[in-house]
Amino acid sequence: MTITYREALRMGLREALARDPRVLLVGEDVGRYGGTYAVSKGLLEEFGPDRVRDAPLSELAFVGAGIGAALGGLKPIVEVMTVNFSLLPLDQIVNTAALLRHMSGGQFAVPLVIRMSTGAGRQLAAQHSQSFEGWYAHVPGLKIVAPATIDDAHGMLGAALADGNPVLVFEYPALFEMAGDLSTAAIDLARAAVRRQGTRLTIIAYGGCVPKALAAAEKLAGEGINAEVVDLRVLRPLDMDTVLASVRKTRRAVVVDEGWRSGSLSAEVMARIMEQAFYDLDAPVARVCREEVPIPYAKHLEEAALPQVDKIVAAAKGLFQ
Amino acid sequence: MIEFRLPSLGADMDEGKLLEWKVKPGDAVKKGDVVAVVDTSKAAVEVETWQAGTVEALLVDPGTTVPVGTAIARFLEAGEKPGAAPPAEAGRAAVAAPVTARLPAAPVAPAPLQAPGVARRPVSPAARRRAGELGMDPEALEGSGPHGSVTVDDVEKAGRRAGPAAAAPAVDRVAEIRKAIAAAMSRSKREIPHYYLSETIPMQRAQDWLAAENSRRPITGRILMAAVQLRAVARALAGFPELNGTWQGGLYQPSASVNTGVAISLRQGGLVAPGIRDVQDLPIDELMARLADLVKRARAGTLRSSEFSDPTITVTNLGDTGVETTFPVIYPPQVAIVGFGRVAMRPWAEGAGIVARPVVVATLAADHRVSDGHRGAAFLVELSRRLQEPEKP
Repeated sequence: MTITYREALRMGLREALARDPRVLLVGEDVGRYGGTYAVSKGLLEEFGPDRVRDAPLSELAFVGAGIGAALGGLKPIVEVMTVNFSLLPLDQIVNTAALLRHMSGGQFAVPLVIRMSTGAGRQLAAQHSQSFEGWYAHVPGLKIVAPATIDDAHGMLGAALADGNPVLVFEYPALFEMAGDLSTAAIDLARAAVRRQGTRLTIIAYGGCVPKALAAAEKLAGEGINAEVVDLRVLRPLDMDTVLASVRKTRRAVVVDEGWRSGSLSAEVMARIMEQAFYDLDAPVARVCREEVPIPYAKHLEEAALPQVDKIVAAAKGLFQ
Repeated sequence: MIEFRLPSLGADMDEGKLLEWKVKPGDAVKKGDVVAVVDTSKAAVEVETWQAGTVEALLVDPGTTVPVGTAIARFLEAGEKPGAAPPAEAGRAAVAAPVTARLPAAPVAPAPLQAPGVARRPVSPAARRRAGELGMDPEALEGSGPHGSVTVDDVEKAGRRAGPAAAAPAVDRVAEIRKAIAAAMSRSKREIPHYYLSETIPMQRAQDWLAAENSRRPITGRILMAAVQLRAVARALAGFPELNGTWQGGLYQPSASVNTGVAISLRQGGLVAPGIRDVQDLPIDELMARLADLVKRARAGTLRSSEFSDPTITVTNLGDTGVETTFPVIYPPQVAIVGFGRVAMRPWAEGAGIVARPVVVATLAADHRVSDGHRGAAFLVELSRRLQEPEKP
């Protein structure tokens, strides 16, 4: 069955709501408007206002309410429209959701799923184009996942609800129109995935940069460099086994990160490669990140500020010549 | 100021190639710290310092071969200020051309991989490891990687070009060891007037004692007869200072501690005889552990400089190969060597009858400039007595 990434997300939501009466969806415009990105279109009509609830314009309040609902025995899915707005409920996410199990000595779990869109590329300007997955991946107590395929867009939500602890699911508007086949493969929240087999170079990416990494690998293949592409999928905890197995095979790595370079997730991945596979490397690990500027509104400048296929190709070739 | 000079790591060593510095300027060092790794003709040896201080300067680059006695580093003594003494550049001046030529500073922007002033060829970690496996010097290769770095492919291509010769370093090492043994043994036979004595020692009690001891130990903690023999030699030497020491510059210097060199044959051929310190005081378990460690490291090529320079007597045991008696050659500047043959069942007169008993022939080769046969004989008798009282600590 061929569907889009957006349809896969909606299908995952509908299945979750249908499967378990304790599941509810809360967020700004998720009900009557059908979601800012039309992901939840039709769900209010299907499941009613108790299960699909429009929230007032206070992320701090409704994320906190979601934590309370989770403590009270429900399985809430809270949608924060974009990661940019998640800075308002940051205290609830980091200080409460992530820490409550620890602070209560294991007495209270927070089975909460927070969905948010992230990333740039749609001319939404600096305040609506940021990528903070790496920030959240810094925090013990949170699980961070980044679906980059149709299967993961569909299946990661169900796996997140089954996890029993707070899981942040990052969705990529840049991929919403991407179409592909939905398989019946089981979806875990543990392993990175090799999306393309290769021998001479590993490109490590996640989320919206995975298709760019795959396109770069195709270009490189045309120039005689057979690149492997690893999709991290789970940003915390990182599955370094998969990454290291690939790097040990290819001996070279480029990490692609839509976040800013300094203190980024790419920095963490590179550091771990250096710690654990130094003697397998044939070149310093390279990376392609967002330029360290606020994302410009102008289209050509925005494109210049983001990781692009040509930049990945250039970084990869830099490891050979 | 302390000048740290390349020590002689054996009578056969007159130069060494500095492989690696283990310290850098500013590091504090204390007695016994490993300062550098030096390739002697026999092995890569970790060289220790016997003086404490702070490293002020390293005078020799890795890859350089220098004569024994060359100042290779400068240390500051406690409280001393840098620059208080004129720099001793002797080390640099005396050395042969370094393996890696120093490149002039590039007038344009330097390659980002290189710190200013450091002009060594970049070698990828994987290439360095592969080159090590092939016994090649990766810095001598042309690099095809980024910034001219040497990659795994470069090493493997060079390895293929070199063909079977790529495996040559092992052969070279064997030849070097042969040369070293030749030098030491020629000197020994040229300079040392050896005398030889032997004694057949009943080993029933030692064997029984060892079997009983080992039956209560885990397999990994079991003791070999070689350790029992080493202990007996060390304890017997207590009354024979003229057999335990070194002859240097026409003078004999007896040693208070028994630092026993153990002759270890290497799998690729040749042998080394690194030492275990203070054997006279070691409990048997500790001695066994040190012996096992020494053999392992000797074969892995990771011995320390003190282990080469310390020994005051050597023990060689050829029992493994099944010979009855050895006639060993003294390793200068030591003055004695004890040999053991195989522990074998032999007819043995006991009372009025003849019984089968395990016995071993112990031999002593000693330096007649320092001791006489009368004293050597008394030593072998004492050794025999000690081996028959294995239970005594």
